[in-house]
Amino acid sequence: MQIYTRRRANNYLIVGLSLAATAFGILFLIFVLGTLLVNGIGALGPTLFTQATPPPGSAGGLINAIFGSLAMTAIATLVGTPTGILAGTFLAEYAHGSRLGEFVRFINDILLSAPSIIIGLFVYAILVVPMGHFSAWAGAVALAIIMIPVIVRTTEDMLNLVPSALREAAAALGAPKWKIVVMVTYRSAIQGMLTGVLLAIARISGETAPLLFTALNNQFWSADLNRPMANLPVVIFQFAMSPYADWQVLAWGGALLITAAILCLNISARLFASWSGLQK
Amino acid sequence: MSVSLATTSPPRTERLMQNGVSAAANALPVKCHIRNVNFYYGKFHALRDISLPLHDRRVTAFIGPSGCGKSTLLRILNRIFELYPGQTATGEILVDGQNILAPGLDLNVVRSKIGMVFQKPTPFPMSIHDNITFGIKLYERLPKSELDDRVEQALRRAALWDEVKDKLRQSGLGLSGGQQQRLCIARAIAVRPEILLLDEPASALDPISTQRIEELIAELKSDYCIAIVTHNMQQAARSSDFTAFMYLGELIEFDETEKIFTHPREKRTEDYITGRFG
Repeated sequence: MQIYTRRRANNYLIVGLSLAATAFGILFLIFVLGTLLVNGIGALGPTLFTQATPPPGSAGGLINAIFGSLAMTAIATLVGTPTGILAGTFLAEYAHGSRLGEFVRFINDILLSAPSIIIGLFVYAILVVPMGHFSAWAGAVALAIIMIPVIVRTTEDMLNLVPSALREAAAALGAPKWKIVVMVTYRSAIQGMLTGVLLAIARISGETAPLLFTALNNQFWSADLNRPMANLPVVIFQFAMSPYADWQVLAWGGALLITAAILCLNISARLFASWSGLQK
Repeated sequence: MSVSLATTSPPRTERLMQNGVSAAANALPVKCHIRNVNFYYGKFHALRDISLPLHDRRVTAFIGPSGCGKSTLLRILNRIFELYPGQTATGEILVDGQNILAPGLDLNVVRSKIGMVFQKPTPFPMSIHDNITFGIKLYERLPKSELDDRVEQALRRAALWDEVKDKLRQSGLGLSGGQQQRLCIARAIAVRPEILLLDEPASALDPISTQRIEELIAELKSDYCIAIVTHNMQQAARSSDFTAFMYLGELIEFDETEKIFTHPREKRTEDYITGRFG
């Protein structure tokens, strides 16, 4: 009998520890969300979405920063998604055991874990310095560089999950390789791949460091991609550090916006993934 | 060692075949001659000098314990092994006189003539209809009505039409295991191949589905040259005309199924079919 009571005690202990650890993690998440809501809700209002960032002491909004973040994220996504998916396809479908494949995978892993400020400095050196000024293009390039390794990784992982029997079945019908990849493998893995893209977008939409060195900031409304462009992370950084109370309120509002957007992206990624689960 | 074997042992299998197969069987048209085929997974010599004929409109069963090379042999017949680097085959496989192992051959053309069905059902993640048309569209450009006809023909031939005719637009993944396997057979015959390779097509299915697949094989025999790998001895006995017993990468005995199961010449064959090893 003793062995059973001991096992049960062990079980309770482990379950208790796991629950405590989970609660600890979730507590902070709720804490962060709560603080953001309490402090940021006051900044939410029509002006937040209609006016540009104000000089200290006057009223304003974040429209220039919201637009800048959306624009740069969109360009980065347009560049990063096809590049990342094609590179991931190369690794999963074409590079089996080849030296080049190993090399690319290794480099990609390094990129994946590279601090984003290094990417910012790199783009600063190759784009901002030669152009002579900060620009939204440079910001988008930096974001794309951060995005690509994430998508390469998820794409490769998702494609590797597709059973090789499926590829063999298509090949046995006489399908050429590209057709197998596009019509069979991609279709099997599409939900997972899109989830990866959504998570990559979520990742870059909160990045600050790479934008500090590339897009910098812009106090005024600007849709010119060749000039510095406001964006939520850098505006939050600048306004939160400032001594002006109305700037700080706007920073809280911006933080709430980004968090809500990332939360939405993550939830939709989840929904996407579970939808794919239902399909099979 | 492997190389010397490859060059010394042909006479044995040749003799084996001449002695074994009856005059009647020899008179049957041969669709595919497998001649002195050797196969290597990297350095591992997996198949040693395999030679046998596959008769047209007959079912040839490959039996033998796991790892004896029967599936490997099947995977050579449509060169599907070439998807993986490091695997090489030597020898000749003559289909209607043409060596399909010859370099420079268009693999997709080879595979269009040789259909294959795998152990686990492999429906593509698309509708039942598109599963069938996937293969057809690789070779033919047909108007929609004709395409629909071909889909119906293939599904009827695979004895699946009545079960799926009302849900052709639904995903093939929603079918049961047995239905999925028949879908795969329908998909394979939709491109009108001449040879059908079945790699343990029923081993993942329940007895009723298995029976349907076996009935289907008997049906399809009238049009195709069929090679089937099976672990199920009764299945081999029931559904094949010829049986090849393989062991450790060698073809031990090849003969009419009836003879293999009633009067095997080799001791090892007898031991295997009576369940004494394997």
